[in-house]
Amino acid sequence: MGSVVSSFGNLCGKEKKQEEERHLRANDRPFNLSYLYANNAIKTSKYNVFTFLPLNLFEQFTRLANAYFLFLLLLQLIPQVSSLSWFTTAVPLILVLSMTAVKDASDDINRHRCDRQVNNRQVNVLTDGELKKEKWMNVQVGDIVKLESNHFVTADLLLLSSSEPLNLVYVETAELDGETNLKVKQALTVTGEMGDNIEALSTFRGEVRCEPPNNRLDKFKGNLTVNGQTYGLDNDKILLRGCTLRNTEWCFGLVIFGGPDTKLMQNSGKTTFKRTSIDHLMNVLVLCIFGFLGTMCFVLAIGNAIWEVKEGSVFTAFLPREAGVNAALSSFLSFWSYVIVLNTVVPISLYVSVEIIRLGNSFYIDWDRKMYYPKNDTPAQARTTTLNEELGQIKYIFSDKTGTLTQNIMTFNKCSINGKNYGELFDFSGQRVEVTEKTQRVDFSWNQLADPNFIFHDYSLLETVKEGNPEARAFFRLLALCHTVMPEEKKEGELNYQAQSPDEGALVTAARNFGFVFRSRTPETITIMEMGRKVTCELLAVLDFNNVRKRMSVIVRSPEGKMTLYCKGADTIIYERLHPSCKKLMDVTTGHLNEYAGDGLRTLVLAYKDLEESYMDGWRQRHHEASTAMEGQEEMLNELYEEIEKDMTLLGATAVEDKLQDGVPQTIEQLAKADIKIWVLTGDKQETAENIGYSCNMLREEMKDVFIVAANTAEGVKEELQNARRKMCPEAAEEPSVIKARAGLFWLQKTETVRDEKVDGDYGLIINGHSLAFALEKDLELELLRTACMCQTVICCRVTPLQKAQVVQLVKKYKQAVTLAIGDGANDVSMIKAAHIGVGISGQEGMQAVLSSDFSFAQFRYLQRLLLVHGRWSYLRMCKFLRYFFYKNFTFTFVHFWYAFFCGFSAQTVYDEWFITLYNLMYTALPILSLCLFDQDVNDRWSFQYPQLYSPGQLNMYFSKKAFVRCMMHSCYSSLILFFIPWAAMHDTVRDDGRDIADYQSFALLAQTCLLVVVSAQLCLDTHYWTTVNQLFVWGSLATYFAVTFTMYSNGMFLIFTSVFPFIGTARNSLNQPNVWLTIFLISLLCILPVVALRFVLLQIRPTINDKVRHMVGKEVLPSPAPRRPPARRISTRQSGYAFSHSQGYGNLVTSQGFLLKRPLKGRSILFTQTDSALAENKPQQYRTITEEVEESQSSHSW
Amino acid sequence: MASSYKDEDGHISVKKPENTAFKQQRLPAWQPVLTAGTVLPAFFIIGLIFIPIGIGLYVTSNNIKEFEIDYTGLDPSSPCFNCSQNFSWNSTKPCTCSIPFYLEQPYESNVFMYYGLSNFYQNHRRYVKSRDDSQLNGNEESLRKPSKECEPYARHDNRPIAPCGAIANSMFNDTLELFYSDPNGTKTQIPLTATGIAWWTDKHVKFRNPGGNNDNLTAAFQGTTKPINWRRPAYELDSDPENNGFINEDFIVWMRTAALPTFRKLYRIIQRRNTMVPTLPRGNYTLEVVYNYPVRSFDGRKRMIFSTISWMGGKNPFLGIAYITVGSVCFLLGVILLFIHHKYDNRNNNPDISSN
Repeated sequence: MGSVVSSFGNLCGKEKKQEEERHLRANDRPFNLSYLYANNAIKTSKYNVFTFLPLNLFEQFTRLANAYFLFLLLLQLIPQVSSLSWFTTAVPLILVLSMTAVKDASDDINRHRCDRQVNNRQVNVLTDGELKKEKWMNVQVGDIVKLESNHFVTADLLLLSSSEPLNLVYVETAELDGETNLKVKQALTVTGEMGDNIEALSTFRGEVRCEPPNNRLDKFKGNLTVNGQTYGLDNDKILLRGCTLRNTEWCFGLVIFGGPDTKLMQNSGKTTFKRTSIDHLMNVLVLCIFGFLGTMCFVLAIGNAIWEVKEGSVFTAFLPREAGVNAALSSFLSFWSYVIVLNTVVPISLYVSVEIIRLGNSFYIDWDRKMYYPKNDTPAQARTTTLNEELGQIKYIFSDKTGTLTQNIMTFNKCSINGKNYGELFDFSGQRVEVTEKTQRVDFSWNQLADPNFIFHDYSLLETVKEGNPEARAFFRLLALCHTVMPEEKKEGELNYQAQSPDEGALVTAARNFGFVFRSRTPETITIMEMGRKVTCELLAVLDFNNVRKRMSVIVRSPEGKMTLYCKGADTIIYERLHPSCKKLMDVTTGHLNEYAGDGLRTLVLAYKDLEESYMDGWRQRHHEASTAMEGQEEMLNELYEEIEKDMTLLGATAVEDKLQDGVPQTIEQLAKADIKIWVLTGDKQETAENIGYSCNMLREEMKDVFIVAANTAEGVKEELQNARRKMCPEAAEEPSVIKARAGLFWLQKTETVRDEKVDGDYGLIINGHSLAFALEKDLELELLRTACMCQTVICCRVTPLQKAQVVQLVKKYKQAVTLAIGDGANDVSMIKAAHIGVGISGQEGMQAVLSSDFSFAQFRYLQRLLLVHGRWSYLRMCKFLRYFFYKNFTFTFVHFWYAFFCGFSAQTVYDEWFITLYNLMYTALPILSLCLFDQDVNDRWSFQYPQLYSPGQLNMYFSKKAFVRCMMHSCYSSLILFFIPWAAMHDTVRDDGRDIADYQSFALLAQTCLLVVVSAQLCLDTHYWTTVNQLFVWGSLATYFAVTFTMYSNGMFLIFTSVFPFIGTARNSLNQPNVWLTIFLISLLCILPVVALRFVLLQIRPTINDKVRHMVGKEVLPSPAPRRPPARRISTRQSGYAFSHSQGYGNLVTSQGFLLKRPLKGRSILFTQTDSALAENKPQQYRTITEEVEESQSSHSW
Repeated sequence: MASSYKDEDGHISVKKPENTAFKQQRLPAWQPVLTAGTVLPAFFIIGLIFIPIGIGLYVTSNNIKEFEIDYTGLDPSSPCFNCSQNFSWNSTKPCTCSIPFYLEQPYESNVFMYYGLSNFYQNHRRYVKSRDDSQLNGNEESLRKPSKECEPYARHDNRPIAPCGAIANSMFNDTLELFYSDPNGTKTQIPLTATGIAWWTDKHVKFRNPGGNNDNLTAAFQGTTKPINWRRPAYELDSDPENNGFINEDFIVWMRTAALPTFRKLYRIIQRRNTMVPTLPRGNYTLEVVYNYPVRSFDGRKRMIFSTISWMGGKNPFLGIAYITVGSVCFLLGVILLFIHHKYDNRNNNPDISSN
């Protein structure tokens, strides 16, 4: 059959059509080559030496601005139209193109280098019965390669065999999906049997049929045919390129996808291009300018027609028309001539300058020491260099919780044992002492197995345990026994726990340090070191955790034969199942629990129950029956569990701190002051999320109300949302007020904006994933948005990654506000990509979030610096730049417009052509750059002191269409002054020796000098932050102008290039005239003074927040920041329902025979099969994760 | 780049950014703020400076004497009416007209004599570029092969035109002569200096005759033809070899195109000879015009202007008035701003930032 298929395949493989199925045979190169599958060489570079120039130029000319200038250049080559020499456009264009080309080239050289390095990596390939070293790029589909530990996986491989038992291999997928934990892959038994038998491998003739190349990392479908037998293949048997082999001596793999077909390459290079709102506005404005340009040219062309009819036709004696040109044609030509002359309204250097400014501001972010995190040597990083100014306009922040607000480190913080509270420190007067870094820690050195990283401050607990207090001992024994942690002891005494949830790890570690060391486990036993004494308990049953039970129990038999049930779980659940005799203890413990909850700690209640031998026998029998039952297994087990987990005795409670990152509450407070709304979107449970909300100051006790939306039907959700809204704002209309508008290029884009509604007092909203799913439906989304936006704080819990993105999109769609998403995990990627700006927290949960983010840093608290300092400055600078840039170019251009009325609409320029060429490139480029790289209204400390300074950015106050129109009016005024004052001052004047000065060249020189002085003065007026560089550039540019002008107008230049520099002597002859200087002085003041007066009046009448702060900066020293008050302790009445942070337990795995039977001899604990979906789980860091196979539906609730 | 080192806590800091003022955006800077203390005095001071300057300029400008005659001859009563009516480029006999006028004031110092043209678009783009600077600079090659810019005045009768182009072709060619009529009836011609009227750089650098210092201009211009409208070839513009050909100053002055359609160009200088006698005493004069230049067809005007000059050039009251106006406005603005400042000052001194 194989041959038939192969010959068939041969036939169609030749045609390069969409691959529908991949078919390959191991060790059969000729067969595989017939399909023309890509080999393993990769090419990420775009150009080679020969294609660079044409391709790159083509790419550059697809940009509108460049194409426009090329068009202008072509226009200028038509002599009838050309009003300017070709170089006025060519020089800037060539400069811009070459700058971009150099950048592109260097990028591409880097890619080439990278490719070469990767392609030349060596790997062992099985050819002709022996292993040979081969370069990666020469590996073909169907080859068998041998990988060794810590090698990168060469291509997408089908795992054949490995050195490890059960044909397992361990891979790290950090480069692929960002997860740092190891994953397990397992080969088929049929291939695994070959081991490292080269002979067997080289005669292996398995045939693989599988899906065509695609970019889904978590799915693989295919089958393998060996000796007529067909075996299914799934993702577990595939090693993907980009992974690294770990802890596996060797393995063999069959290449399935090579080079560009690998899932890694299929996944790369499809980044969505984010653009800032200023970008969009700029495009619209440039379009407006085009229209405006057209109008101006049209007006002038009409003028030209009139002039030609009235004046030109009679002036022909001195200025004959060219053959065949009549008034109409002349007017048409003059239209295009004016397009050329006035082209400077669409400044070619605009886009380049914008890019340079953004790049500069990105570098500042990279360089900022205050966003550098020394603990893991991570500086902040601007991964996208085109979004800076948007950082100054953020209105909504969507934050992940775990790893972003919190460190995802659980520490055993407090406990209550038998009604006594441990973990707090008091001084002699009985006052609670704040625990700081310097507080003395409990010394665990007596315990050789203690975890050195464990920190506890309360000595009394250790003393209690050492005294032999039975409750305390039972408490820690429970913690040491009742869990599903896997121990790993590579060397004697070097214990490492692998816990599924960090909470559990924290609890077991606590027990370990207090002398109850969990040492090892087998399916039937648990060995612990109890105060130095080895105790092996028989594990009779694990009553596993799930979301409904919210508790877990183990039943163990101690060496003495005593049988005990140990149970830990959520307080509400456990309390229902306690023996009535515990009533008094329960009350005391409840008090403690409330205290813990008030501190934002995660609590668990511990209880135990001694069991009778006789009862147990029966129960175990029934348990066995239930667990082997085919139907209704779950219900039967649940019933059994319910039956045994009752009448328990309360031991106490634990409190685990989900440690907030440093400075989170302060950051949130600052951002709130800056009028930024923060929504927390977390996969955590409602209680946890609520806890964190309180501990990081988002939810406060003094809030009027905190609404919780947790309905299970669409109607229910709607009602709850409406109730909340009516309560907050009873007078609001039932229907949301939606403003419909049009925006974007050509006003094609329809926008709908939901107006903000004013609400008295602060409210909070908590909504869970189920309700969110309903609320995000089409008919409810506006209701959700309205209600949520009325609240100060919004917390969404149990959200899937998709919902995170949906929430972001909802706000983006209806609020027309700039959003920022911050997160650290793979589950935040969707939201990071959806938001205008994505920020990745680096360091905690791998690199996935960082890789798809626009900015990254190590700590949440740096967000305030990123926004309030860098973002604000970037926005300010960009707006200043745009306002100034448009002003500068409009002023420059409008003068031509006025001059047209005096030169017969002939498209004669006012300035020297060289001035036109160099104006944007040389005379004004550097000062404006220094303005936009150094300017700051107030320094960073004042920015923090007054977060309100941030709000103008949110309201688009510094640059908008209105500001643009204002710019144009200002330019119009300036250009009128710039033209008509010289006109009036010069038209009948002569030099002080009687000779001419009203000639065209002198007039041009005067006009251009005035223009440059005026725009420089305007720049000085706009500069708020005068560094030496600014001074140097401003004065340097003016000096350059005079130097260049005198040089170009010198005898030497004229004699060498006679026809290029016809302005000889103009500078000397007119700049020595007093009235020329008097005119320049007059014009400068006339342009500047009204601006100063207007600004001063505005400053007096309507000072902005910036003005006020700047005023204070000028007068005062910075007020010292208010002393940080310790957070007031809240005695909360909220019951903490929190139990575990993980999903369905995996007790059955712990006890399952198959998995533990073949324990690796090297003493490395086995790792269980990983869940496939990278997005679907929460990965704790402190402890290496063990995750279990979960169904897709469950996993979405499980982080 | 940052080097690898350990910080106080023992963390390895390879990537720690450098602590420079530039990278940390802490460059020392001066941060000026617009305050009443700076703005108001500035306005008053500017006002106080501008008004005196303006008065000085105005007085200077007013002291300049200027006299202007329009001799276009549009009005039938005008002496030049006939000449303007019967104009033809090809007429061999020049038409002359004489215009008598009376100077009410004596002109003490050097008097500059200008001709002025109106509605003449010397700044039209096609006109401005219709010249060949290389040719005018004495380049032999350009002399034989004028630049394309000169079209349609580059070649005539298959010979290159020297000087080529529309500007040269349309050179002003009226001859103006001035006669003083003594009270006793005798007419004396007033000597007019024709040199020293062009820019030094134009005369000595920009314009050069072909063939270098060759005295024989006729030979240098061999093979070229005169511009169509000219009556004489370039090498016969003047008898003085230093003022002939391309370096003829009348020609140079004409070639410096005007910025605006109404302009005046220096024609002659009347040097003051005797410190005791005014250059132009009060009395009757006659302006003798050889009327060659046609302007009537395009509604142009021709004028003759006498003017004295001062340190700030010719008569132009605009600058003085502008300075006085701006100075006064500044002063006034200063007062208004002071008033506004006074009114809103209290509110400003207690900035309530938190309320924003």
